[in-house]
Amino acid sequence: MDLGQFILMRHELLLTLVAVVVLIAEIATSEKNKARLIPFSIGLFALVTFIGFIPGETGTIFGGSFQSSQLTIFMKNILNMAVLIIFLQAEGWLRKPENSDKISEYFILTISTLIGMNFMISAGDFLIFYIGLETATIPIAGLAAFDKLKSRSSEAGIKLILSSALSSGILLFGLSLLYGATGSIYFADIAPKITANAMIALGFIFFVSGMGFKISLVPYHFWTADVYEGAPINVTSYLSVVSKGAAVFIFTIVLFTVFRNIVEMWKPLIYTLAVFTMTLANLFALRQDNIKRFLAFSSIAQAGFILLGVIGAGELGMTSVVYFVLVYVFTNLGAFGVVAAIHNASDVETISGYNGLYQTNPKLSLLMTLSLFSLAGIPPVAGFFGKFFLFTAAAGSGYYILVLIAVLNATVSLYYYLKVVRAMFIEKNEQPIAAFRSTNAMRLALIMCVAGIFIIGFAGGIFEYIRSISQLFLN
Amino acid sequence: MAGYTYTVFILMIPLVIFLITGLMGMKWKPIVSGVIGTAGMGISFVLSLLAAASYFFGGTHGAEGFQTIIPFEITWLRLTESLIIKMGILLDPISVMMLVVVTTVSFMVHLYSLGYMKGEGGFARFYAFLALFTFSMLGLVIATNIFQMYIFWELVGVSSYLLIGFYYQKPSAVAASKKAFIVTRFADLGFLIGILILSFVTGTFDFGKLTSPDGAIFAGAASLSFMGISALTWAMTLIFIGGAGKSAMFPLHIWLPDAMEGPTPVSALIHAATMVVAGIFLVARMFPVIHFQAPASQEIIAFVGGFTSLFAAVIAITQYDIKRVLAFSTLSQLGYMMLALGVSGYGGEEGLGFMASMFHLFTHAMFKALLFLGAGSIIHAVHSNYMYDMGGLRKYLPITHITFLIACLTIAGIPPFSGFFSKDEILVAALNHNKLLFAVEYLVAGLTAFYMFRLYFNVFWGKDRHYHHTPHESPLTMTIPLVFLAVASIFAGFIPFHHLVTSDKMGFDTEMHLAVAIPSVLIGLLGIALAWILYKKESAIPEKLALRWGILYTATYNKFYFDEIYLFVARNIIFKYISRPVAWFDRHIVDGFMVGIAVVTEKISFQIKGMQSGQLQHYAFIFVAGTLALALSMVYFLN
Repeated sequence: MDLGQFILMRHELLLTLVAVVVLIAEIATSEKNKARLIPFSIGLFALVTFIGFIPGETGTIFGGSFQSSQLTIFMKNILNMAVLIIFLQAEGWLRKPENSDKISEYFILTISTLIGMNFMISAGDFLIFYIGLETATIPIAGLAAFDKLKSRSSEAGIKLILSSALSSGILLFGLSLLYGATGSIYFADIAPKITANAMIALGFIFFVSGMGFKISLVPYHFWTADVYEGAPINVTSYLSVVSKGAAVFIFTIVLFTVFRNIVEMWKPLIYTLAVFTMTLANLFALRQDNIKRFLAFSSIAQAGFILLGVIGAGELGMTSVVYFVLVYVFTNLGAFGVVAAIHNASDVETISGYNGLYQTNPKLSLLMTLSLFSLAGIPPVAGFFGKFFLFTAAAGSGYYILVLIAVLNATVSLYYYLKVVRAMFIEKNEQPIAAFRSTNAMRLALIMCVAGIFIIGFAGGIFEYIRSISQLFLN
Repeated sequence: MAGYTYTVFILMIPLVIFLITGLMGMKWKPIVSGVIGTAGMGISFVLSLLAAASYFFGGTHGAEGFQTIIPFEITWLRLTESLIIKMGILLDPISVMMLVVVTTVSFMVHLYSLGYMKGEGGFARFYAFLALFTFSMLGLVIATNIFQMYIFWELVGVSSYLLIGFYYQKPSAVAASKKAFIVTRFADLGFLIGILILSFVTGTFDFGKLTSPDGAIFAGAASLSFMGISALTWAMTLIFIGGAGKSAMFPLHIWLPDAMEGPTPVSALIHAATMVVAGIFLVARMFPVIHFQAPASQEIIAFVGGFTSLFAAVIAITQYDIKRVLAFSTLSQLGYMMLALGVSGYGGEEGLGFMASMFHLFTHAMFKALLFLGAGSIIHAVHSNYMYDMGGLRKYLPITHITFLIACLTIAGIPPFSGFFSKDEILVAALNHNKLLFAVEYLVAGLTAFYMFRLYFNVFWGKDRHYHHTPHESPLTMTIPLVFLAVASIFAGFIPFHHLVTSDKMGFDTEMHLAVAIPSVLIGLLGIALAWILYKKESAIPEKLALRWGILYTATYNKFYFDEIYLFVARNIIFKYISRPVAWFDRHIVDGFMVGIAVVTEKISFQIKGMQSGQLQHYAFIFVAGTLALALSMVYFLN
């Protein structure tokens, strides 16, 4: 085998290298200089993110176990970019004294899960897929329990690892059924042998359950709110953006390639999941006062919307899903960034605690409003286009009723997003959160989010690019 | 074609003003933002007039009627190979007319606000929002395709939300802005789905292709149907729901009266002349599609319009808040315009309704903006919105009084004021189509004259109230717009709309329909007379006379107790058994239903909260149960 082929795995290899280098650096730095690890790790990661954008070869290696295409590279770049923003947002938090002994842990664990996700995206067989899945999941449990002295954080870690174990078990059961039915674990071999029989249907359902857990679709979503609330905010944003985004990518890829023969069978299933996910998540979100729980349910609802793109199967469906995730990364990280900044400065985590924020921190309030408007899908910000393309994809397949339900849900969601806006701008507060200045890294992260929210919406070229690479991938 | 490139500036100036005043306004003295905004809008206004003059009278009228000109367009993104989203400027008779309407009223409101909003906190912010709103509204009317229109449509919603909620310290204003936003959003979902259906049926967003009367693009669409109704009827009805939300048609009208919480100049801009006519404009824009492809939708439009006009006029009679009277009056007049579109045919005289609707849109914009600005001047003088705090104001506010009277005569349809001409055309169009709607509109004409003059007499005549200080006429910045709009209200009726703005862009000849016009004027006069009898009597002179002449006068003064009888009939029968119940129905049932949806949603949300117990075993159970349920249903589905 030509060693040059390893260039196809450059994302995974570079990330592994970063993780190892950070580990070595950790050993090499003295106790009192640990804080220097933060800019070092972020810088290194930024470099790797940048390298990821350099165009490179595509193809498959390891006999089809690992595949790389323009689309998968683009997906990995989106994830890298999201993680970079999260790192920047976490900078201030990591500098706090209680975290000084576990700085490198944060980076190494996060990067490890990212490696797992990258492998999942590039998987060409179910073995690599499953190993990637576990590599992605186990470190996240560690991250969720990162504030190990806080009981809520430990609880989040335990809940996450136990629920993941259950979902992985079911997923593996499903994969073994598929293996039994088709006699192969390679995507390329399985795809033509997939037919609508009971065994494959059962295997497929179990697969969907496992992925539904990662994407937090109803009824697999229960862990989400508890874990999001308990985990440190920078881990929550990772879970809600990167982890979910990656799962959506891989779910879409497998559905569109491996299970393309039984499209007519899985469409009603996705339909049902979409309706339940959007509606229930919205109903739950209405009553939340904890901002992290609120964003958790909001992100579940967004996952329901993504299913509209999935059901639009085909090129437009794929494009709209990838585009939406791209928008969602910037939008949601914008919101989470504000929450993190406020949490770092004042420990406030409730919506009512945000009352009167505009008087003291107008810029953060405006940014939060922008992000929430984008999440609600109000033109002309990016979130609107994201949703619009998802709806277009579903409507293109003739699912008008589903689109109607989705738009109704989007209107309901507007109500609760406006509740937060109202708290910040209108509600009176004797003692609003005092004015504070965010760290420079946080500012940079937030500026990136704002730029993303505007640019992605208005630059028509991005959508067209995604469409062209999706076309390439699916044919 | 290239000659119209400057129209880009009409649109860009407000945007630039918004950016400048929004970003820098806080650092300047407040008045600077106001002056910049007003001057900029003045330029936009002049450019629009130029564009209209050269468009309507500059030889764009060919054998095919007025040409559609697209001076500027960019491709923005390709959704599929054929479905392309563009952004651009489209000039045709209705969009050019709307440019004039929007910039005129916006300019007047900018000027007026210099006086009205003086000393208010957030002056610069107010001007920034005004500019943003104007930009969005202009973008909406010049859209070359329905997608662009939708984007600006939503922007209009957002910026009006900001303007209605301008007094954000006032809880009622905040509630109103939220209600307006959510109700219109609710309607917009219809619009969005309508667009999706339409674009998939036809494969295009472009108005040029969609509204071509030959309908070639719909050839393949006729067979598509859903639940027994054709896809195009669905699409058009859904799009109309979007329009009905913005134009506050029953039952989506509930946001408009509450939206009066915003500053009065905002009401003049948004709720008289621009945002609320967006729905009318949308229907007019899509008119050929609706008329030829979805006649059932057109029928719905006619009846919704007719019903709204009657319903709102009846409620207007009972209101004491002068802005609310005007709000319901706006609803009623919008109903007129919608009705006219609903009964119109296409081409030549057949298209009378279309022309009449646009004509009335134009005249209504002028006189209703005048009414709102006049109301603002009154409120400015007496610091109250309520009629019972007003009376005898004609002495103190001479200019406001005269201009307000002109506006009242205009809306009552008294010749030679412009409202007479446009209303007459609508009545004729209704008569040609549907006798019932025609009768309803006669009735509404009478009611309109009545409630407007009830307002007029209550405010300007009658006894003086105990004012905190002597009311005084408003400053020049406020009276100049009043005078300008009054002049426009008088003369707009002489614009030959039937040669300029018609359904097929061709122009046709029409004449006065005396058989329709004379009764309608008489009905208007009857309404005015009734209001005069009922509401003008509280004046000082009759009282003095009454003392001197004793019983004889009392009998005469009381017109032999006729007005008591009138009053009895009016108060005890009409008010009690018709208007009040209708108003009650509106407040409690229609509004209550919408609120009810919200309450029920909240209730459900509360009920299901128990599912999220925090117990992991509970979660695992639902996880497995959900999977099994899906598996079972899938197996069932396979068999």
